[in-house]
Amino acid sequence: MQWKAKVEVTLKKAVLDPQGAAVEKSLQALGYDGVSQVRVGKYIELNLEANDREEAAARVEDMSRRLLSNPVIEDYSYVLQEAGL
Amino acid sequence: MSDQDLHRTLGLTDHEYKLITEQMGREPNEVELNMYSVMWSEHCSYKHSRSALKLFPTTSPRVIQGPGENAGVVDIGDGWAAVFKIESHNHPSAIEPHQGAATGVGGILRDIYTMGAQPVAFLNSLRFGNLETARGRYLFDGVVGGIGGYGNCVGIPTVAGEVFFEPCYEGNPLVNAMCVGIMPADQLVLGKASGEGNLVVLVGALTGRDGIHGVTFASEELSEESEEKRPAVQVGDPFMGKLLMDATLETIGKKLVTGVQDFGGAGLTCALTETASRAGTGIEVDLDQVPLREEDMHPFEILTSESQERMLLIVEPDKLKAVEEVFGRWDLKPAVIGKVTSGETVTARYRGEVVASVPAASVAGGAPVYNPESREPAYFRELANYDPLNMPLPEDYGEVLLKLLAAPDIASKEWVWRRYDYMVRTCTLQGPGGDSAVIRIRETGKALAMSVDGNGRHTYLDPYRGGMMAVAEATRNLSCSGADPIGITDCLNFGNPEKPEIYWQFSQAVEGMAEACRVLNVPVVGGNVSFYNEVQGEAIYPTPVVGAVGLLKDPAKQCVPALRRDGDHLFLLGPQEVSLGGSQYLKSWCGKVSGSLAEVDLEAERDVQDLIRDLINADLVQSAHDLSDGGLAVALAESCLSGRIGAQVNLAPSDYLPLALFGEGPSRVLFSVAPEDADRVSQLIMEAKVESSKIGIVKGDALIISHGDDIILKLELSAMQAAYEEVFSCIME
Amino acid sequence: MKFGVIVFPGSNCDLDSYHLVRDVLNKEVEYIHYSEKSVGRRDVIILPGGFTYGDYLRSGAIARFSPVMNAVAEFADKGGLVLGICNGFQVLTEAGLLPGALCRNHHLQFRCEQVFVRVDNNSLPFTLSASLGKVLEMPVAHGDGSYYAPPELLEEMKANDQIVFRYTDQNGDVTPQANPNGSLENIAGVCNRAGNVVGLMPHPERAGEKVLGSRHGLIIFKSIISYLTGREVVRNV
Repeated sequence: MQWKAKVEVTLKKAVLDPQGAAVEKSLQALGYDGVSQVRVGKYIELNLEANDREEAAARVEDMSRRLLSNPVIEDYSYVLQEAGL
Repeated sequence: MSDQDLHRTLGLTDHEYKLITEQMGREPNEVELNMYSVMWSEHCSYKHSRSALKLFPTTSPRVIQGPGENAGVVDIGDGWAAVFKIESHNHPSAIEPHQGAATGVGGILRDIYTMGAQPVAFLNSLRFGNLETARGRYLFDGVVGGIGGYGNCVGIPTVAGEVFFEPCYEGNPLVNAMCVGIMPADQLVLGKASGEGNLVVLVGALTGRDGIHGVTFASEELSEESEEKRPAVQVGDPFMGKLLMDATLETIGKKLVTGVQDFGGAGLTCALTETASRAGTGIEVDLDQVPLREEDMHPFEILTSESQERMLLIVEPDKLKAVEEVFGRWDLKPAVIGKVTSGETVTARYRGEVVASVPAASVAGGAPVYNPESREPAYFRELANYDPLNMPLPEDYGEVLLKLLAAPDIASKEWVWRRYDYMVRTCTLQGPGGDSAVIRIRETGKALAMSVDGNGRHTYLDPYRGGMMAVAEATRNLSCSGADPIGITDCLNFGNPEKPEIYWQFSQAVEGMAEACRVLNVPVVGGNVSFYNEVQGEAIYPTPVVGAVGLLKDPAKQCVPALRRDGDHLFLLGPQEVSLGGSQYLKSWCGKVSGSLAEVDLEAERDVQDLIRDLINADLVQSAHDLSDGGLAVALAESCLSGRIGAQVNLAPSDYLPLALFGEGPSRVLFSVAPEDADRVSQLIMEAKVESSKIGIVKGDALIISHGDDIILKLELSAMQAAYEEVFSCIME
Repeated sequence: MKFGVIVFPGSNCDLDSYHLVRDVLNKEVEYIHYSEKSVGRRDVIILPGGFTYGDYLRSGAIARFSPVMNAVAEFADKGGLVLGICNGFQVLTEAGLLPGALCRNHHLQFRCEQVFVRVDNNSLPFTLSASLGKVLEMPVAHGDGSYYAPPELLEEMKANDQIVFRYTDQNGDVTPQANPNGSLENIAGVCNRAGNVVGLMPHPERAGEKVLGSRHGLIIFKSIISYLTGREVVRNV
């Protein structure tokens, strides 16, 4: 079965996010009052082959931990859906 | 849509369409017409500039390859050659500054290694509108980021450049990128598809829809719709670019390829028709073999895609395996897409059918040559008649100098170049910030000096003199480092040549440049013309940019602007004929771009350059700095700041102060000499019959200028430094 | 004494390390292709600067899965000397051979300039020729050089004396102005627990000749050479 995974990688809360800070500053300069907590992350989309959702999730977990994110500085989350939906 | 309408949509005139049918002997089909339209665009065919460019001297005993190939090649002795070229990427950068600039760098890089040369340095020349608008800052920041992003990643240092700001570049910034390479002279490979039966091989990135008709886009004025043409901007992949460069150079070094051509403007069409026409051969290509990034691309899209990071190789069949091995080491898979044939026709098949069959020479070189109408613009005499000496005198010359030092045109560009890796390859003996950069050649023990220069304001006020001055300044920068100029490459940025006033600017500038090249004995070995730099009908200043390369036989003798020792004598070399017309003083202090330029005496220029080189080679010079924007006062300040030492200078009582301090003119060099060498230097200057005066000494930690008995300017180094060094951080951050 | 310089796809300072070792230090040096499964019989492995795989995902993240990296890990395990410079440092942290991580420079720009770093641990094979607190002038050239380690890890590193270089001013004082990229506590280079793997963001291989502006980088290579020479002497006795 084909699955589509949408993985989001963001810097951990404790790690300074200079891109987020720059975007936040720009948004405020453009007059968007009350904007805060801007964080910039990465979005990775991929298709994978797996027999069921559980297996797909396990594989996405594994690749997120090993390659897609660096656990020292980043957190990840993902959503999984059947491809083609 | 009938073909009649289609050719107009594609930017071809009725006359050009008629020529195509004559040269083909029939009506072209849609795919063929697309191929013609990209190759006959101004960008590829030079149809409005070719006749004027013939004026350039293109030969010298050192020239191995002049204009017409991917880059010029010049002998630098010891069996080695320098390969260099400059090219514009103005329009793409106006639409998407980061990618536009990055792909400009990638494109010029491919031009150099296509010839078989290892690239060793990047330079660039940039123009923007003012930085007070958010858009101006966005373009500036994006272009600088794009240049660094590509150059840093491929590992070729960006070592020199220039940046100027004028309102006329607001909507149409200029991004001219130059690359210099070196190679054993016998390793030269040309972009020729020779040898019937040889394979035509494509390697590198996949072909997608990006950049379709990019060259047509570059051959039109920018308009409000330009923003919507964003798909025409290609995306660079410097990682792929680096692998492709290394692997291509390895196949050339191992003599595995017969011909090499990069994919630039007009994509596959250009690569196929140019290689075939240079060799007098034909090519049969199967478009189904082209690895695609997107499905269902139309044959004309495959033929005109400007996807980046692709190379075309001509390979003898029995060497294919070895070529595949070289690329395979970097996970690249060359695709055989066709073969060289005996005819002179490029034939493309798609899904079994012939979709295009065009005469190579006609597509690549059959475009008409125009001799556009030329007319002196009304502004020319009007502005030339303006007399800047009527301006009121400033009360405080120190204040004027600080203002000039803080003008973005003059201020330190460290904010720009610290974003470029200018040291990678560990050959950079002199990086950005001086008159010219110096790169050592490990293989020969010598070094190359390089500089890029152009002044649009000057060329606007007087295209003929401005053209001469661009060549004079670029070569003078090399001479000030002690190097012999051996060749130049030029990027000619102008408005719409179909307007007689623009063509007048163009032809005048080219005449001036050509004259300077003849007298200074330096050949033009390649370059690029960028027309249609206009927004809403308003043209940029005519901006010829000259990239010059020189040979430094003994790198240890390399000279820089920085003053060195307390007590050294300061000399000003060259004719004292200067003008405030078009000067930085007039622009930054008086807010005017007007007046006439100083006379250019090219013989005097040659003598000054010869002399300063001789003095440097005789070890008699402690520092040397070319005088340009901002005149003597700015040159003094820059020399003090880079040497972190002050100077005391006396102007003659008869001097008219604004002119003496801030007047601009060609052929002038500020240099310093150890006291014990001063007499010898004066003697040599006299023997060479070059105008010169001793103007002061290196001393203390302030710049002090007196006029007769009066001190008219006194600035501490720290005050000048604050003005000079903090401008861009303040504006941009 | 043999040096090896790993060449990953996208490495671009491989040439500079190679040149320095061969032409300035007159030592034997060879390139090692990333697809090799062994680092051969070599005494020092250098992971050079560059943009491996374009650094498109994260700096060094993909290179660390190259076949040669298993061999590098084994080599390090057995006590072999491994030096990661700039991108090489990033690869070593991604591979877990060095603690911490390198994040985007806090000002978000690539930065190429001369900096000063202070030697904060001179008991390593890489620094034994330097006095403690010695200030070295070397260039940096990177966009992702901001060093980070979580607080517990940082404490552990300090306890083990794993912080090797810090950005300082000319006098050796740690100041915010001397920090070119926002690194935690001005950290410019670290080592593993055993002290045989070192990574740093500045480029010692670019500071090995007077004509290039500084020769301070040589002290790192000379330390390595005298360490190995000493070991050879011991072995020969």
